[in-house]
Amino acid sequence: MSERVAVRKTYKLFIGGKFPRSESGRSYLVQSSNVSLASRKDARDAVVAARAAVKGWAGATAYNRGQILYRAAEMLEGRREQFVALGIPGDEVDAAVDRWVWYAGWADKLAQVYGGANPVAGPYFNISAPEPTGVVAVVAPERPALLGLVSVIAPAIVTGNTVVVAASPSEPLAAVTLAEVLATSDLPGGVVNILTGAITETAPALAAHMDVNAIDLTGVTDASLATELEVKAAENLKRVLRPAPAGHDWSGDPGVTRMTALLETKTVWHPKGV
Amino acid sequence: MTATTTSARSDLSELGRSETALRTFLHGLPGVDQVGAEQRAAQLGTRSIKTTAKAQAIDLAIRMVDLTTLEGADTPGKVRALAAKALRPDPADPSCPHVGAVCVYPAMVPYVAEVLGGSGVHLASVATAFPSGQAPLEIKLADTRAAVAAGADEIDMVINRGAFLAGRYKEVYDEIVATKEACGDAHLKVILETGELATYDNVRRASWLAMLAGGDFIKTSTGKVPVAATLPVTLVMLEAVRDFRAATGRQVGVKPAGGIKTTKDAIKYLVMVNETVGPDWLDPDWFRFGASSLLNDLLMQRTKLTTGVYSGPDYFTLD
Repeated sequence: MSERVAVRKTYKLFIGGKFPRSESGRSYLVQSSNVSLASRKDARDAVVAARAAVKGWAGATAYNRGQILYRAAEMLEGRREQFVALGIPGDEVDAAVDRWVWYAGWADKLAQVYGGANPVAGPYFNISAPEPTGVVAVVAPERPALLGLVSVIAPAIVTGNTVVVAASPSEPLAAVTLAEVLATSDLPGGVVNILTGAITETAPALAAHMDVNAIDLTGVTDASLATELEVKAAENLKRVLRPAPAGHDWSGDPGVTRMTALLETKTVWHPKGV
Repeated sequence: MTATTTSARSDLSELGRSETALRTFLHGLPGVDQVGAEQRAAQLGTRSIKTTAKAQAIDLAIRMVDLTTLEGADTPGKVRALAAKALRPDPADPSCPHVGAVCVYPAMVPYVAEVLGGSGVHLASVATAFPSGQAPLEIKLADTRAAVAAGADEIDMVINRGAFLAGRYKEVYDEIVATKEACGDAHLKVILETGELATYDNVRRASWLAMLAGGDFIKTSTGKVPVAATLPVTLVMLEAVRDFRAATGRQVGVKPAGGIKTTKDAIKYLVMVNETVGPDWLDPDWFRFGASSLLNDLLMQRTKLTTGVYSGPDYFTLD
């Protein structure tokens, strides 16, 4: 018997529920693996996939979205050992699963907490309800590779947005593995799209893209790049989440601000019957 | 060689006189190598067209678009809006060229004519019981005359596929000749509906038949059957118009229609035109795209090239 040859994994992008290589054909060596190096055209393709997914995902009932996210948490739990093997501490994987479940619970509760009936001086019911913004570009934090990533993706999609995520360039394996979790958890293709590679290449294309409705700059550590991206984002009045100058504390209480920052408010006036 | 061509010319004009002569000629055309045609089309589709060449291709493709709406739900308002878009596809950029033509049902022709009058954008109308072509000849001809009278200067007719597939070539030929006559000065585009012809050999025969009968353009599809324009089918048709010009000296245009939705697709077609029949056909007078959603993608790509920023569908009209 000859000795068995190990089958090594190719880490690819996650766009529209599929795992394509970069259209540029490039890859880079990181964490002892070859990982796709996304180009701005991959970013464009990801935005197209994300836009196509908005209707179905935002139109799904909040309860249904919540159930799908719970399912993703179950899958994440099942892959615990795989993440540990990638060098993610066990505690962090547990925290990531808990974070995902915590956000999943908000799916059918956010409208009650952040919507409501407004008293108005007239014979009308006046009701405000939160609605998703649309396609959100996210620059994920460099680390913690898994908890940080989950903490930016989950709050964006739980309300019905779809995301294009630029993953941590130095630790992308956790992001691609999370994509495998999401691909096997009933999440419709295109709701989450993950690009690996250089932030300086993908983020400007996303920030300037006219079909992106919001951008989360949490993972941008270079202040001048953050400013440049914000300037590009202003062209079509994207909602912008700025990076915290002092860094983020990912282990603490996440709060609801990451969800509410990516919402619009729809207000309806309805005549009262006689 | 010249002698052969001349004799071929006189032969060709006689063909329409008898069913037997037509059949002998059409079945004597060389068969299409299916694998070869598909491989050639796929290979030409891999060319990379970038920057200034791409900008030129996009502008040419915009000028070649037959902006089409063929819905039961078409209204005068909708077709007027479409015609306005044909004149100024990108209102934000005056340097954007106008499209080749607007293509509508005969009943909508007068409304489009009001908007287009004298602008240089052609007005095409489908006729002859589009899309099935299954109606008596008198009705088809009346349909054609009505469209021309209403102001259409291009007529898109459908061939009688039932007769063609049954081998009654003379009947198909005579219908095209009669429709051409009914068109008067209007250009006649002959729709082969290649999705229903089943084989490339049939596509080649139908192309020749349409050209022999006097069609000014041959068009792939109605857009109403599942299989519309494909690259290999268009390749076969391009070869037919090239050979037809070599044999008779008359140039015939080609119009792929249906299923061409992206700039990338359109550029693949342009590459194929250039490589198969040469730059003589790289002109809106000789090559058109029958499409509706293609135009928006062309405009988005054009905006990307001029501004450097990816645009989105929110910034262009839906129809």
